[in-house]
Amino acid sequence: MHELGIVVNVIDEVEKVAEDNKVDKVLRLTMEIGEVSAIVPDLFSDCFEWAKKRTKHLTDCELELIVLEAVTYCQDCKGTYRTTKYGKTCPHCGSGNTYLLTGNEVTIKGISVAEPTSDNA
Amino acid sequence: MQVKTILLNKNVLEGNDREADILRGELRERGVLLVNVMSSPGAGKTTTLVNLINRLKGELRIGVMEADIDSDVDAVTVARRTGVKSVQLHTGGMCHLDAGMTRQGLEELGIEDLDLVFLENVGNLVCPAEYDTGAHLDMMILSVPEGDDKPLKYPLVFQKCSLVLINKIDAIDYFDFDLQAVRGYIADRNPKAVVLAVSAKTGENMDSVADYFKTKRGEMLCQNKTTK
Repeated sequence: MHELGIVVNVIDEVEKVAEDNKVDKVLRLTMEIGEVSAIVPDLFSDCFEWAKKRTKHLTDCELELIVLEAVTYCQDCKGTYRTTKYGKTCPHCGSGNTYLLTGNEVTIKGISVAEPTSDNA
Repeated sequence: MQVKTILLNKNVLEGNDREADILRGELRERGVLLVNVMSSPGAGKTTTLVNLINRLKGELRIGVMEADIDSDVDAVTVARRTGVKSVQLHTGGMCHLDAGMTRQGLEELGIEDLDLVFLENVGNLVCPAEYDTGAHLDMMILSVPEGDDKPLKYPLVFQKCSLVLINKIDAIDYFDFDLQAVRGYIADRNPKAVVLAVSAKTGENMDSVADYFKTKRGEMLCQNKTTK
Protein backbone atom coordinates (compact mmCIF):
# COMPACT_ATOMS: atom_id res chain seq x y z
CA MET A 1 0.00 0.00 0.00
CA HIS A 2 2.55 2.57 -1.12
CA GLU A 3 0.44 3.82 -4.00
CA LEU A 4 -0.61 6.92 -2.05
CA GLY A 5 3.00 7.88 -1.35
CA ILE A 6 3.84 7.54 -5.04
CA VAL A 7 0.72 9.49 -6.06
CA VAL A 8 1.82 12.32 -3.77
CA ASN A 9 5.31 12.31 -5.36
CA VAL A 10 3.79 12.35 -8.84
CA ILE A 11 1.40 15.18 -8.00
CA ASP A 12 4.21 17.27 -6.49
CA GLU A 13 6.20 16.76 -9.67
CA VAL A 14 3.30 17.73 -11.96
CA GLU A 15 2.40 20.77 -9.85
CA LYS A 16 5.98 21.94 -10.22
CA VAL A 17 5.89 21.47 -14.00
CA ALA A 18 2.61 23.42 -14.07
CA GLU A 19 4.15 26.28 -12.10
CA ASP A 20 7.29 26.30 -14.26
CA ASN A 21 5.21 26.47 -17.43
CA LYS A 22 2.74 29.00 -15.97
CA VAL A 23 -0.10 26.55 -16.54
CA ASP A 24 -3.38 27.00 -14.73
CA LYS A 25 -5.03 23.63 -15.27
CA VAL A 26 -3.65 20.20 -16.01
CA LEU A 27 -6.34 18.29 -17.92
CA ARG A 28 -4.71 14.93 -18.38
CA LEU A 29 -1.81 13.05 -16.87
CA THR A 30 -0.42 10.04 -18.69
CA MET A 31 1.66 7.47 -16.85
CA GLU A 32 3.28 4.16 -17.74
CA ILE A 33 3.16 1.46 -15.10
CA GLY A 34 5.08 -1.76 -15.53
CA GLU A 35 3.18 -4.97 -14.97
CA VAL A 36 5.56 -6.08 -12.19
CA SER A 37 6.28 -2.65 -10.70
CA ALA A 38 4.41 -3.45 -7.46
CA ILE A 39 1.85 -0.76 -8.24
CA VAL A 40 -1.78 -1.81 -8.38
CA PRO A 41 -3.35 0.37 -11.12
CA ASP A 42 -6.85 0.50 -9.57
CA LEU A 43 -5.46 1.47 -6.20
CA PHE A 44 -3.22 4.05 -7.83
CA SER A 45 -6.25 5.60 -9.60
CA ASP A 46 -8.29 5.68 -6.39
CA CYS A 47 -5.47 7.39 -4.51
CA PHE A 48 -5.09 9.87 -7.38
CA GLU A 49 -8.82 10.74 -7.35
CA TRP A 50 -8.61 11.41 -3.62
CA ALA A 51 -5.38 13.39 -3.73
CA LYS A 52 -6.11 15.55 -6.79
CA LYS A 53 -8.89 17.41 -4.96
CA ARG A 54 -6.26 18.86 -2.66
CA THR A 55 -4.06 20.29 -5.44
CA LYS A 56 -3.81 23.67 -7.09
CA HIS A 57 -3.62 22.66 -10.74
CA LEU A 58 -4.88 19.07 -10.96
CA THR A 59 -8.41 19.28 -9.54
CA ASP A 60 -9.94 18.44 -12.96
CA CYS A 61 -7.14 16.22 -14.16
CA GLU A 62 -7.91 12.90 -15.76
CA LEU A 63 -5.45 10.07 -15.14
CA GLU A 64 -4.46 7.75 -17.97
CA LEU A 65 -2.55 4.64 -16.93
CA ILE A 66 -0.78 2.60 -19.57
CA VAL A 67 0.20 -0.81 -18.25
CA LEU A 68 3.41 -2.10 -19.85
CA GLU A 69 3.90 -5.80 -20.37
CA ALA A 70 6.75 -7.39 -18.41
CA VAL A 71 9.33 -9.12 -20.60
CA THR A 72 12.31 -11.14 -19.40
CA TYR A 73 15.49 -11.80 -21.39
CA CYS A 74 17.40 -15.09 -21.24
CA GLN A 75 21.18 -14.68 -21.32
CA ASP A 76 21.71 -18.30 -22.35
CA CYS A 77 19.39 -18.74 -25.35
CA LYS A 78 19.02 -14.96 -26.01
CA GLY A 79 15.24 -15.37 -26.14
CA THR A 80 12.58 -13.27 -24.46
CA TYR A 81 9.33 -14.27 -22.77
CA ARG A 82 6.37 -13.01 -20.69
CA THR A 83 7.57 -12.57 -17.11
CA THR A 84 4.17 -12.96 -15.48
CA LYS A 85 3.70 -16.38 -17.06
CA TYR A 86 7.12 -17.98 -16.52
CA GLY A 87 8.90 -15.96 -13.79
CA LYS A 88 12.67 -16.34 -13.52
CA THR A 89 12.98 -19.55 -15.55
CA CYS A 90 13.25 -19.35 -19.34
CA PRO A 91 10.49 -21.42 -21.02
CA HIS A 92 12.64 -21.88 -24.16
CA CYS A 93 15.74 -23.46 -22.61
CA GLY A 94 15.02 -23.83 -18.87
CA SER A 95 17.83 -21.49 -17.81
CA GLY A 96 17.51 -19.31 -14.74
CA ASN A 97 20.13 -16.94 -16.07
CA THR A 98 17.59 -14.26 -16.95
CA TYR A 99 16.85 -10.64 -16.27
CA LEU A 100 13.89 -8.29 -16.57
CA LEU A 101 13.88 -6.15 -19.73
CA THR A 102 10.70 -4.18 -19.15
CA GLY A 103 7.89 -4.21 -16.62
CA ASN A 104 9.32 -2.31 -13.69
CA GLU A 105 8.51 1.20 -14.99
CA VAL A 106 6.76 3.95 -13.07
CA THR A 107 7.04 6.84 -15.50
CA ILE A 108 5.24 10.14 -15.95
CA LYS A 109 4.90 10.24 -19.73
CA GLY A 110 3.40 13.67 -20.07
CA ILE A 111 0.56 16.05 -19.34
CA SER A 112 -2.03 17.91 -21.35
CA VAL A 113 -2.65 21.41 -20.16
CA ALA A 114 -5.15 24.16 -20.89
CA GLU A 115 -3.65 27.30 -22.27
CA PRO A 116 -5.62 30.51 -22.10
CA THR A 117 -6.27 31.43 -25.77
CA SER A 118 -5.28 34.85 -26.85
CA ASP A 119 -7.82 36.56 -29.11
CA ASN A 120 -5.48 36.40 -32.10
CA ALA A 121 -4.68 32.75 -31.74
CA MET B 1 -9.05 27.32 -24.68
CA GLN B 2 -6.19 25.49 -26.35
CA VAL B 3 -4.78 22.23 -25.17
CA LYS B 4 -1.05 21.74 -25.17
CA THR B 5 0.84 18.54 -24.41
CA ILE B 6 4.02 18.61 -22.37
CA LEU B 7 6.15 15.47 -22.65
CA LEU B 8 7.98 14.61 -19.44
CA ASN B 9 9.16 10.97 -19.53
CA LYS B 10 10.17 11.15 -15.92
CA ASN B 11 10.92 8.11 -13.82
CA VAL B 12 9.04 8.60 -10.56
CA LEU B 13 11.57 6.83 -8.37
CA GLU B 14 14.47 8.67 -9.99
CA GLY B 15 14.37 11.60 -7.55
CA ASN B 16 14.64 9.26 -4.59
CA ASP B 17 17.42 7.22 -6.22
CA ARG B 18 19.45 10.36 -6.77
CA GLU B 19 18.92 11.55 -3.20
CA ALA B 20 19.90 8.11 -1.92
CA ASP B 21 23.15 8.14 -3.92
CA ILE B 22 24.09 11.55 -2.54
CA LEU B 23 23.38 10.44 1.03
CA ARG B 24 25.37 7.21 0.55
CA GLY B 25 28.36 9.17 -0.72
CA GLU B 26 28.28 11.67 2.15
CA LEU B 27 28.12 8.92 4.76
CA ARG B 28 30.97 7.03 3.11
CA GLU B 29 33.17 10.12 3.23
CA ARG B 30 32.47 10.47 6.93
CA GLY B 31 33.21 6.79 7.53
CA VAL B 32 29.68 5.96 8.69
CA LEU B 33 28.35 2.60 7.47
CA LEU B 34 24.55 2.65 7.10
CA VAL B 35 22.72 -0.68 7.16
CA ASN B 36 19.06 -0.99 6.14
CA VAL B 37 17.34 -3.84 7.99
CA MET B 38 14.21 -5.34 6.45
CA SER B 39 11.87 -8.18 7.41
CA SER B 40 8.24 -9.09 8.00
CA PRO B 41 6.66 -7.96 11.27
CA GLY B 42 7.75 -10.34 14.02
CA ALA B 43 10.79 -11.86 12.29
CA GLY B 44 12.98 -10.55 15.09
CA LYS B 45 14.53 -7.33 13.76
CA THR B 46 14.68 -5.63 17.13
CA THR B 47 15.90 -8.72 19.03
CA THR B 48 18.55 -9.35 16.37
CA LEU B 49 19.75 -5.76 16.50
CA VAL B 50 19.94 -5.79 20.30
CA ASN B 51 22.03 -8.98 20.24
CA LEU B 52 24.23 -7.72 17.42
CA ILE B 53 24.81 -4.27 18.89
CA ASN B 54 25.86 -5.73 22.22
CA ARG B 55 28.52 -7.76 20.37
CA LEU B 56 29.76 -4.77 18.36
CA LYS B 57 29.48 -1.79 20.70
CA GLY B 58 32.88 -2.42 22.34
CA GLU B 59 34.58 -1.86 18.98
CA LEU B 60 32.28 0.41 17.03
CA ARG B 61 30.23 3.46 17.92
CA ILE B 62 26.67 2.57 16.93
CA GLY B 63 23.39 4.39 16.43
CA VAL B 64 19.95 3.01 15.62
CA MET B 65 16.96 4.45 13.79
CA GLU B 66 13.68 2.63 14.25
CA ALA B 67 11.02 3.24 11.66
CA ASP B 68 7.43 2.41 12.41
CA ILE B 69 4.04 3.64 11.45
CA ASP B 70 3.44 4.56 15.08
CA SER B 71 4.74 4.14 18.68
CA ASP B 72 8.28 4.26 20.05
CA VAL B 73 8.44 0.77 21.60
CA ASP B 74 11.34 -0.37 19.41
CA ALA B 75 13.52 2.68 20.05
CA VAL B 76 12.89 2.38 23.79
CA THR B 77 13.69 -1.37 23.75
CA VAL B 78 16.94 -0.93 21.85
CA ALA B 79 18.07 1.99 24.02
CA ARG B 80 17.29 0.11 27.23
CA ARG B 81 18.91 -3.17 26.22
CA THR B 82 22.03 -1.84 24.50
CA GLY B 83 22.62 1.68 25.83
CA VAL B 84 23.38 3.01 22.32
CA LYS B 85 21.85 6.10 20.82
CA SER B 86 18.49 5.46 19.17
CA VAL B 87 15.73 7.50 17.59
CA GLN B 88 12.23 6.55 16.52
CA LEU B 89 11.03 7.65 13.10
CA HIS B 90 7.33 7.78 12.45
CA THR B 91 6.41 7.23 8.85
CA GLY B 92 2.90 8.60 9.42
CA GLY B 93 1.11 5.66 7.82
CA MET B 94 3.64 5.13 5.04
CA CYS B 95 4.76 1.55 4.58
CA HIS B 96 8.43 2.29 3.87
CA LEU B 97 11.23 4.82 4.31
CA ASP B 98 12.74 6.84 1.51
CA ALA B 99 16.06 8.62 1.30
CA GLY B 100 14.61 11.95 2.47
CA MET B 101 13.18 10.42 5.64
CA THR B 102 16.45 8.59 6.26
CA ARG B 103 18.40 11.83 6.02
CA GLN B 104 16.05 13.53 8.49
CA GLY B 105 16.47 10.61 10.87
CA LEU B 106 20.25 10.79 10.66
CA GLU B 107 20.13 14.49 11.45
CA GLU B 108 18.00 13.80 14.49
CA LEU B 109 20.30 10.97 15.58
CA GLY B 110 23.50 12.97 15.10
CA ILE B 111 26.24 10.96 13.35
CA GLU B 112 29.38 13.00 14.19
CA ASP B 113 30.50 10.40 16.74
CA LEU B 114 29.26 7.22 15.00
CA ASP B 115 30.84 4.43 12.92
CA LEU B 116 27.81 2.27 12.19
CA VAL B 117 24.10 3.08 11.94
CA PHE B 118 21.32 0.51 11.70
CA LEU B 119 18.07 1.58 10.11
CA GLU B 120 15.25 -0.72 11.13
CA ASN B 121 12.77 -0.33 8.29
CA VAL B 122 9.00 -0.83 8.57
CA GLY B 123 8.13 -4.54 8.91
CA ASN B 124 7.04 -5.33 5.35
CA LEU B 125 8.61 -7.31 2.52
CA VAL B 126 7.15 -5.34 -0.38
CA CYS B 127 7.45 -1.57 -0.20
CA PRO B 128 10.77 -1.10 1.65
CA ALA B 129 12.43 -3.10 -1.12
CA GLU B 130 11.22 -0.61 -3.74
CA TYR B 131 12.80 2.44 -2.17
CA ASP B 132 16.51 3.10 -1.87
CA THR B 133 17.18 4.54 1.59
CA GLY B 134 20.77 5.51 0.87
CA ALA B 135 22.14 2.58 2.89
CA HIS B 136 25.44 0.92 1.93
CA LEU B 137 24.15 -2.52 2.83
CA ASP B 138 20.75 -4.14 2.99
CA MET B 139 20.14 -6.92 5.48
CA MET B 140 17.06 -9.09 5.39
CA ILE B 141 15.85 -11.24 8.27
CA LEU B 142 13.68 -14.24 7.45
CA SER B 143 12.47 -16.22 10.44
CA VAL B 144 11.84 -19.96 10.42
CA PRO B 145 8.10 -19.77 11.30
CA GLU B 146 7.44 -17.63 8.20
CA GLY B 147 8.27 -20.54 5.91
CA ASP B 148 10.95 -21.34 3.35
CA ASP B 149 8.90 -20.13 0.36
CA LYS B 150 9.33 -16.41 1.06
CA PRO B 151 12.11 -15.86 -1.53
CA LEU B 152 9.65 -17.14 -4.16
CA LYS B 153 6.87 -14.82 -3.01
CA TYR B 154 8.88 -11.67 -2.34
CA PRO B 155 11.82 -11.89 -4.76
CA LEU B 156 12.73 -8.20 -4.83
CA VAL B 157 13.72 -7.89 -1.18
CA PHE B 158 15.96 -10.97 -1.52
CA GLN B 159 17.53 -9.58 -4.70
CA LYS B 160 18.45 -6.37 -2.93
CA CYS B 161 20.06 -7.80 0.19
CA SER B 162 23.74 -8.54 0.59
CA LEU B 163 23.10 -10.40 3.86
CA VAL B 164 20.16 -12.67 4.68
CA LEU B 165 19.76 -13.99 8.22
CA ILE B 166 17.62 -17.06 8.75
CA ASN B 167 16.48 -16.26 12.28
CA LYS B 168 14.90 -18.45 15.00
CA ILE B 169 16.95 -21.41 13.77
CA ASP B 170 16.63 -22.85 17.30
CA ALA B 171 12.95 -23.49 16.47
CA ILE B 172 13.56 -25.33 13.19
CA ASP B 173 12.53 -28.75 14.60
CA TYR B 174 9.02 -27.46 15.18
CA PHE B 175 8.40 -26.17 11.65
CA ASP B 176 8.51 -27.58 8.13
CA PHE B 177 11.32 -25.31 7.12
CA ASP B 178 13.85 -26.63 4.62
CA LEU B 179 17.09 -24.68 5.13
CA GLN B 180 18.71 -26.24 2.07
CA ALA B 181 15.74 -25.27 -0.12
CA VAL B 182 15.69 -21.69 1.13
CA ARG B 183 19.40 -21.32 0.44
CA GLY B 184 18.71 -22.49 -3.12
CA TYR B 185 15.80 -20.09 -3.61
CA ILE B 186 17.90 -17.17 -2.40
CA ALA B 187 20.88 -18.19 -4.58
CA ASP B 188 18.59 -18.34 -7.64
CA ARG B 189 17.58 -14.74 -7.10
CA ASN B 190 20.79 -13.35 -5.67
CA PRO B 191 23.90 -15.54 -6.02
CA LYS B 192 26.07 -13.01 -4.17
CA ALA B 193 23.96 -12.90 -0.98
CA VAL B 194 25.58 -14.17 2.20
CA VAL B 195 23.12 -16.40 4.08
CA LEU B 196 23.61 -17.10 7.79
CA ALA B 197 21.37 -19.28 9.95
CA VAL B 198 21.16 -17.69 13.41
CA SER B 199 19.17 -17.40 16.58
CA ALA B 200 19.07 -13.90 18.00
CA LYS B 201 17.52 -15.35 21.14
CA THR B 202 20.15 -17.98 21.96
CA GLY B 203 22.97 -16.12 20.22
CA GLU B 204 23.72 -19.04 17.88
CA ASN B 205 26.01 -17.94 15.01
CA MET B 206 25.53 -14.25 15.90
CA ASP B 207 29.33 -13.86 16.11
CA SER B 208 29.50 -14.45 12.35
CA VAL B 209 27.00 -11.64 11.81
CA ALA B 210 29.05 -9.30 14.02
CA ASP B 211 32.22 -10.25 12.09
CA TYR B 212 30.45 -9.55 8.81
CA PHE B 213 29.73 -5.95 9.81
CA LYS B 214 33.23 -5.40 11.26
CA THR B 215 34.66 -6.55 7.92
CA LYS B 216 32.30 -4.37 5.89
CA ARG B 217 33.10 -1.25 7.94
CA GLY B 218 36.81 -2.02 7.56
CA GLU B 219 36.42 -2.40 3.80
CA MET B 220 34.67 0.96 3.60
CA LEU B 221 37.50 2.72 5.44
CA CYS B 222 40.08 1.02 3.18
CA GLN B 223 38.22 2.15 0.06
CA ASN B 224 38.09 5.69 1.43
CA LYS B 225 41.86 5.65 1.94
CA THR B 226 42.61 4.40 -1.55
CA THR B 227 40.29 6.90 -3.22
CA LYS B 228 41.74 9.85 -1.28
